[in-house]
Amino acid sequence: MGSISSYMTSDHHRCDELFSQAEAAASGKDWGTIAADLQIFLDSMHHHFKMEEEVLFPAFEERTGMSMGPTQVMRMEHVQMRELFDAMSDAVKLQDRDEFLGQAETLLVMMQQHNMKEEQMLYLMADRALAGEMEEVLQQMRAVGA
Amino acid sequence: MKLEAGLSFSQAPPILVPFRFFLSAPLFGLLAALLALWYGPSLMESRWQPSVLALTHLMTLGFLGMAMVGAMMQMLPVVAGSPVAHPVGVARAVHVLLLPGVVLLAGGFLLGAHWPMRIAMFLLGTGFTVFVVAVGLSLKRASSDNPTVVGMRYAVSALVVTVALGLTLASNYGWDWWLIERVRLTNLHLTWGLLGWVGLLVAGVSYQVVPMFQLTPSYPKLLTRWLTTALFVLLLLWSVVYWLPEGAQVQVILAVSLAAAVIFTVFAIVTLRLQLRRRRKQSDVTLLFWRFGMVCLLLALALGVAGQVIPVLDRVQGDNIALGFLFIAGFAVSVVNGMLYKIVPFLIWFHLQSLLMGVARVPNMKLIMPEPGMRRQMWLHFAAVPALALSALWPPLIYPAALLFGASMVLLEVNLLNAFRIYQQNAKLAPKGEPSST
Repeated sequence: MGSISSYMTSDHHRCDELFSQAEAAASGKDWGTIAADLQIFLDSMHHHFKMEEEVLFPAFEERTGMSMGPTQVMRMEHVQMRELFDAMSDAVKLQDRDEFLGQAETLLVMMQQHNMKEEQMLYLMADRALAGEMEEVLQQMRAVGA
Repeated sequence: MKLEAGLSFSQAPPILVPFRFFLSAPLFGLLAALLALWYGPSLMESRWQPSVLALTHLMTLGFLGMAMVGAMMQMLPVVAGSPVAHPVGVARAVHVLLLPGVVLLAGGFLLGAHWPMRIAMFLLGTGFTVFVVAVGLSLKRASSDNPTVVGMRYAVSALVVTVALGLTLASNYGWDWWLIERVRLTNLHLTWGLLGWVGLLVAGVSYQVVPMFQLTPSYPKLLTRWLTTALFVLLLLWSVVYWLPEGAQVQVILAVSLAAAVIFTVFAIVTLRLQLRRRRKQSDVTLLFWRFGMVCLLLALALGVAGQVIPVLDRVQGDNIALGFLFIAGFAVSVVNGMLYKIVPFLIWFHLQSLLMGVARVPNMKLIMPEPGMRRQMWLHFAAVPALALSALWPPLIYPAALLFGASMVLLEVNLLNAFRIYQQNAKLAPKGEPSST
């Protein structure tokens, strides 16, 4: 049986991989490629957030009764990251390389410290709290569309 | 909106909690450089001189201590999920006690006077007690499954040993009592401080930050599980054996020292290899600082082992001083400096974005801390370290070395202050009054 930790952590790594592709693309000249790589990365992030916000967090909150606790902080950081997504997209529209790389750098640190909190705390708490309904939760997360 | 912003801050302490330490650190580095300029080549005559002791403590307690205390208070909520309670009060107390404490300690060494030393003992003893208790409680709550938490616990324990030994030694200067074992106690003190507090903290923290900033693979599980524990046990073993009668201990000491050197070598090489395998192609200042630091660590270890194995080398003038410069300025200062260039712009961005969400767009990290300024400072530092180490062999070199190191510290302070000014200017745009700037 899988766990929330391992499933979501490997999704983090997948997103990291796509991030580094988009960032590496920015050293090239072709803004079409940059835009395309950025979109692939952003889609993976939106999908990850959706799995958390629509399945994992509500399930965790319902089971533990902690609606203003760690999940709330994570939701808030998702909002912060969405602002960075917009800033990166804007930079691509304006073809502003420095701005794009600066926003990418900011997002990377934001994202990594966020992932660290999830992987080392929240997901472990969720594994414990949702042990009885693990399969359903994983099933529902896998079913989340893009 | 207000409520949510408050919640996101429950994870991160107010910005001045780490920044009061970060902004103070380079000033001590500058003081160290000025002291080196003042005393010049005479510094190389012996490592026991008051001027060398003052210089060492300005760099270790002053630069490294400030930066590491600030960084730890900032990182505990993120890496350990366990914030320090009452961060504002703790940070203010620790800062206000340590800052004059370090200055008076250096002054006490230089003047050979009793009173500065006694006051410094009180200030540093109290400051570190507050810090250790606050951080210790937070680490006690944290999960032991996390190798970084384990490394931090060992590091803080090593800090306790270092401070206790340091206070004992300082009391010798403060009251002139007859301390027969001064040499042994000093060696214990600096080993626990440098290999224990500094080495263990850097190792523990790098498990998180090396993969995080460059998207490298993780450190091998075997290494993160055992490395800091093995080092801590070796430090304990070494300390016990060190008190055996001379002769009986030589072989054991040699074996333990070699084992510790091997472990640190493994750590440095694994770190360098992980960085080579990073998924992120962009090279940046932090990465270069870390690589430079790891190379200096390897050189320092080689020099240290050579000194142990070939006793003649140990008696070469300045050998210990070259080792000290490589470890302290080359390894520890570089790693801390590189970290500051990630932590500082990120925290400014993070706090501004929480304040200004929906009001104004926040400048990105590279606008907060521009690359060219960081690079200039980095090159000054990279030039300063070899010059400092080589000045142990050719003492007049200390003048250009100290000038380079001082210039690097000035530029670091300027870079940090410019970034902080961007925070202050933008924070004014926040909807309701001042941010919590305490």
